[in-house]
Amino acid sequence: MIVRILAEGQWDVPDDQLPALNELDSAVEKAVEQGDRETFSQSLDALLNAVRTAGTRLPDESLEDSDLILPPADATLEEVRELLSDEGLIPG
Amino acid sequence: MTLMKRISLIFRAKADKALDRAEDPRETLDYSYKRQLELLTKVRRGVADVATSRKRVELQAAQLQQQSDKLTDQAQKALSMGREDLAREALTRKSGLTGQLSDLKAQQAQLQGEEEKLTLASQRLQAKVESFRTQKETIKAQYTAAEAQTRINEAFSGISEEMGDVGMAVQRAEDKTAQMQARAGAIDELIASGALDDASSLNRGDDISRELEAMSSHSDVEAELAALKAGTTGEATAPQALEQADSTPPAQVEAAEETRQEGGSA
Repeated sequence: MIVRILAEGQWDVPDDQLPALNELDSAVEKAVEQGDRETFSQSLDALLNAVRTAGTRLPDESLEDSDLILPPADATLEEVRELLSDEGLIPG
Repeated sequence: MTLMKRISLIFRAKADKALDRAEDPRETLDYSYKRQLELLTKVRRGVADVATSRKRVELQAAQLQQQSDKLTDQAQKALSMGREDLAREALTRKSGLTGQLSDLKAQQAQLQGEEEKLTLASQRLQAKVESFRTQKETIKAQYTAAEAQTRINEAFSGISEEMGDVGMAVQRAEDKTAQMQARAGAIDELIASGALDDASSLNRGDDISRELEAMSSHSDVEAELAALKAGTTGEATAPQALEQADSTPPAQVEAAEETRQEGGSA
């Protein structure tokens, strides 16, 4: 599974890590919903660190498509909301 | 749906939308390559812009630091001459600079971070553009328009995702730099106007924050004054006069301070 951290690069993460990532991801999601800045930055850090630790970095010249895309490490809660705001673009 | 999935879908949809497809997919390859080179130029320009802003902030910080050091020096001299009022004035001015200085240092660190990120982004993009060019030439040489389609889709999705990512990184860096440039402009004006020599002009903001600032700067001044006193007590030699020599012994200065002395009429 290829995961991109925006502004940072792409990692090849073993599929068996997905449940752990999902758990960290729901913590971020919850913090975004509740507007809890502190929990947000902590949980985003934890999620991105899990990707960096569990994954292998793809070489710069790789042209692989990512399965998952994550916000940049220094993203604010507002920026993540913005990333999520254009849902109209998705058909269905 | 999880946050990651939602972001991925939205991001990919945007990146895909940005891709103009020509009738002959092989033409789309050339067109996309041209866009990639344009983006590469834009990122490199972004790196240069951020570096310019960083250097400007560094220069300002150095100027303020110099001014701050000078005021400490003056306070020390004033105190050693028994002119506590002058020392207090110098430290008050210095306290006004300290906030500006730490703000500039924070900005400098932030700009440095942006510069490093954009530099890495431009390296990644360059590697991907190069790899795309190789694939593009292979596809054009070996496949007919119909056959090329699937091969092209593979190459495209990877590069368009990267372009979306880099485009966003440049945008964010530009936004941050623009904010800091506005503040840097204000400080440049402040330095140019000589207002830094006048402690009162440093207190900006509303009444309450001004009052709070005054309170904290007052206690900063008292603390530093006490520290300086502790350091200078027992020093037998008095360096040459700073402004006008005042022969009041320290004990008398303290007594005068208690009765809220008038500012020195130097």
